[in-house]
Amino acid sequence: MQFARVKPRASAEVAFTIDSRPARARVGDTLMTAMLLNAPALRRFEFGEGARAGFCLMGACQDCFVAFVDGSRVRACTTLVSEGMAVLTGASDG
Amino acid sequence: MAEPRVVVVGAGPAGMRACAALAEAGLRPVLVDEAARPGGRIYQQPPDGAGRPARELYGLEAAKATRIHALAPALAGRIDHRAETLAWNCFADALDLLGPGGPSRVEFDALVLATGATDLALPFPGWTLPGVYALGGAQIALKAQGCAIGRRVAFLGAGPLLPLVACQYLEAGVAVAAVLDATPFLAKLRGLPRMLSAPATLAKGMLYVARLRRAGVPIFFDVRRPRVEGRGRVERLRFEAGGVEREVACDALGASFGLRSETQLADLAGCRFEFDPRTRQHVPARDAAGRSSRRHVYVAGDGAGIGGADAAELAGERAALALLEDLGLSFDANRAAWLEGSLARLDVFRRGLEAAYPFPEHMVRDLDDATMLCRCEGISAGALREAAIAKDAGEVNRAKAFTRVGMGRCQGRMCGRAAAEVLAMARGEALGQAGRLRAQPPVKPIPMLPGVLS
Repeated sequence: MQFARVKPRASAEVAFTIDSRPARARVGDTLMTAMLLNAPALRRFEFGEGARAGFCLMGACQDCFVAFVDGSRVRACTTLVSEGMAVLTGASDG
Repeated sequence: MAEPRVVVVGAGPAGMRACAALAEAGLRPVLVDEAARPGGRIYQQPPDGAGRPARELYGLEAAKATRIHALAPALAGRIDHRAETLAWNCFADALDLLGPGGPSRVEFDALVLATGATDLALPFPGWTLPGVYALGGAQIALKAQGCAIGRRVAFLGAGPLLPLVACQYLEAGVAVAAVLDATPFLAKLRGLPRMLSAPATLAKGMLYVARLRRAGVPIFFDVRRPRVEGRGRVERLRFEAGGVEREVACDALGASFGLRSETQLADLAGCRFEFDPRTRQHVPARDAAGRSSRRHVYVAGDGAGIGGADAAELAGERAALALLEDLGLSFDANRAAWLEGSLARLDVFRRGLEAAYPFPEHMVRDLDDATMLCRCEGISAGALREAAIAKDAGEVNRAKAFTRVGMGRCQGRMCGRAAAEVLAMARGEALGQAGRLRAQPPVKPIPMLPGVLS
């Protein structure tokens, strides 16, 4: 978990998956927040070693691009998490 | 003439004030903004349902934030607000948009670009580790998401955002490991006389530092050679301060070194750019009212040069009045003169701030060849220096062709300024000679749009 929630959010729970593992977030969380409350990073870096967990949080650096199981990709910092999202970090698929 | 078609890009302080002035004059501007709700990054609103008061979200700036937010309902029906919409290309008389309803094109007779700024990132060892975020990003996590970027957070910077964000984390109950200022303490004294021109703003900055000190947060100045270390995550930060090697344990770092203007649309609109030695970046050339070199294209706010949120409000309104004047519509000339006078007064404070937080050139000088400079493509500082010297690439677009620096998904937003600094220093040339990365459409990655990208 890289992020820590410091202001409780009273909204409804959202169930989603990261690399097929079930995870939970709250309505109003960005996908980035949702993932980083459940995982240490967002994705594997495609041009070298290590993982990435976003950087600018304002839609400029594109470091937080993540893929869904259907192959589409979104910028996690400007996309709200929603029920049933299935994201892949690239950590296990080589 | 038929009702002029006016488009404003950006719903931050500059864009919202421009819209208000245009609507006041009876026009119905199209407002294009990537966010769901207005406010820009400085006054970013959380998604619905956060239930947090403005005082908690925006601190001492709550009243200003609330006034900007209140413009949206006040202007409802008088502006055409296209929320969650990216303007990804700009022509002489039209913008290509991508919004919730899909792609569209909006034509304009006049355009106000209020595209704002991002953090100015500079590379240092470990800056791509998970847990290292831009200072502004660390602030957005807190205000828009109610989250901290870690549990024990250090902050590194070279601008007024540094003590502000550190203080906001402290007040949110997060452990602040240390506040590291990459500029010397003496610079603050040099900036003081001019900053006295806005005593209330100066007092706020001093209040943040006082709160940090009272809470026992270690504050270091003239911090050199920062290095983030850890196995796959942030575990500690090493640095030099006062000639002494130090180490701080932390699990996250917020770091940036000022702000940089977002100028891609002005570039695609064909505006002439000029080098601004004060902010060390190329910005669209503009007159005191915000007129760019392109007829009926106006630039305002931090996207036209770094001036801060208060100046952005004034500049947005001033640009709108210039637009009205240039279209032959009635406008309040006295108001326009007052706005320009106010902007000139704010600029005195801005000069003081720039003296208090000079650009940390040592970050460029001390940058080792092995450190990744382009985080999108994983290109090292050494590769760029090699292109600069061995391949005689004296300008960033040429260096980009050789090295791919700035060719990745961020299009140089995170590395372009550092690349210019590294290039100029490696060649011993003036910074302005290194140029600026040219903007390319789409200005941000978009899904493949059938028939649009042909």
